Amino acid sequence: MPYALCFLLFMVGLYCTVVKKNIVKIVIGLAVMEYAVNLFLIMLGYRTGGTAPIIDKTYLEPVTGQITAGFINTSVDPLPQALVLTAIVIALGSLALMVSMCIRIYEKYGTLDITEIRRLKG
Amino acid sequence: MNVPLPVFIAIPLVAAFVLPVFGRKGKGAATILANLATISLLVLAVASIGRSAVYEIGKWSIPLGINLVLDGLSSLLLLTVSVISAASMLFSVRYMEQYTAKSKYLSLFMLMVAGMNGLVLSGDIFNLFVFLEIASLASYALVGFGCEHEELEASFKYMVLGSIASIFILFGIALVYGNTGALNMAYISKAIQASGLNAGLGFALCLFIVGFGLKAALVPFHAWLPDAHPSAPAPISAMLSGVLIKTLGVYALVRVIFNVFGVSVPISWVLIVLGLLSMIVGVFLAVGQWDFKRLLAYHSISQMGYVMLGIGLGALILAKGGNIAWASLAILGGLFHLVNHAVFKSLLFLTSGSVQMATGTRYLKELGGLADRMPVTRATCTVASASIAGIPPFNGFWSKLILVVAAVQAGFWAIAAVTVLVSLVTLISFLKVQRYVFLGELPENLQSVKENKNSMLVAMIFLACLCVLMGLLVIVPSLRANILDPAVKVLTDGLLYSANLIKT
Repeated sequence: MPYALCFLLFMVGLYCTVVKKNIVKIVIGLAVMEYAVNLFLIMLGYRTGGTAPIIDKTYLEPVTGQITAGFINTSVDPLPQALVLTAIVIALGSLALMVSMCIRIYEKYGTLDITEIRRLKG
Repeated sequence: MNVPLPVFIAIPLVAAFVLPVFGRKGKGAATILANLATISLLVLAVASIGRSAVYEIGKWSIPLGINLVLDGLSSLLLLTVSVISAASMLFSVRYMEQYTAKSKYLSLFMLMVAGMNGLVLSGDIFNLFVFLEIASLASYALVGFGCEHEELEASFKYMVLGSIASIFILFGIALVYGNTGALNMAYISKAIQASGLNAGLGFALCLFIVGFGLKAALVPFHAWLPDAHPSAPAPISAMLSGVLIKTLGVYALVRVIFNVFGVSVPISWVLIVLGLLSMIVGVFLAVGQWDFKRLLAYHSISQMGYVMLGIGLGALILAKGGNIAWASLAILGGLFHLVNHAVFKSLLFLTSGSVQMATGTRYLKELGGLADRMPVTRATCTVASASIAGIPPFNGFWSKLILVVAAVQAGFWAIAAVTVLVSLVTLISFLKVQRYVFLGELPENLQSVKENKNSMLVAMIFLACLCVLMGLLVIVPSLRANILDPAVKVLTDGLLYSANLIKT
């Protein structure tokens, strides 16, 4: 169920990007798509009722010093969280570039409507 | 001597962050530094030919850590990127004087090179995405570098479609990670071989084809390219058409399909159909164009079709379990055309920049009679046009010949015929370029046009020499065995990639 909702969010973003005429709304649609994918990555690693993936002395086997199987089976997967951090930083960079481009376009054309921003054709 | 792999990423990345420090006053020093960086990368890329290496970042071994892999295919792409970036950088020494903020341009240029080198070397699918985004972000900014109406519009369009492609790729990576529990390409490939494709992985593969197809501008996804490539400054158009669509699109797609998922008959047909569509639609749209750079941009779509067609044919023969020698011939044709296209299309964009800088226009009907005024540009443009149209001694002929031979051997007469036909239409459109730019009457307002000087000429002549000499790559056995054959072998080996990597 949460996966379906996440996919719905993704589709909402895609719809907004493809259909809307205002370039700021297109940028918002792209951001929504990014967040849907980030959410999906986080959900992959999530485990209901899991513990934080931080190893403490109590999670080590007293004799061998290995991590206990119980900890591995109950902890949340930390890797998607690291990936999402990276993806968020990249998305922030591209969002900043896109918004600054929108400002420049508004200065030049005096409008945010893509049907009026049409000098290139062919 | 072992070439340390991170150097390929570190040199351009460090240069990218050092260059903006030089302001308007230190422009000369910044230019020299940037040229030194690209030329040293070229030397390193030449030194790394024929080697294979795995570098583990921070000494973390591979399922846990990140690795960089140099194999035949990577080193071929690395060489192409270095050659084209060195030539474009040399060209932009003078060309970029007409813009302000040159040091920022140089910085973005180096960032793009860093992204492409990193993408080609990465052995990890998430790092591939990160480097892809670095290169894409730099290219979005560079397309809009002129800050005029058309540039901003093209850049915005490119940015929206490029971001959709990146999001699709990230979604695909998330699905792959969820299904296999690995991010390293070799381990993903092992997990897929063990369990087979399920629905999630199939969907991920579709997302990868759409995402990388958008980056490569194959035909159903090509809408952004004819706006974006002409709007960038000429050396950047050369980089975008010459190497960016190849590393970000074709290389990444081919790596994922051949070495991670493994080839299958339906996927091969998808590649062949995409290739054929790109070839035909691209070339017919190109013939009707009157803007010099826009015409070249449509030809990029068409020529990428040749590359995809060759690789798709190879994949089909491999997937059907056919003769390996025929499959390698088709793949050789595709990869060789990729390298050739990088050289001649960059040269064409550089000559168009040279014409534009001298005359101030790139509209074909306003030009004419430049043959006497700009002899070097004319000569190099003729060489490049002959190459792209596939006229015998030049490089384009050899790769198209290999593709036709491979198609005939595999029994696809129709595909061979289409290849030859598209080549003829290409020839027609370049005759038009020659006719309208260099022959005919010299218009009144262009009487005082002069040839551009120094570094621009050096860059163009360098690429023109390569156009003439690159036929040797397939004719001379030792060159072919060192440069092209290892790259072909990486693809024909397919899933052995993972076995080779995990063992070492």
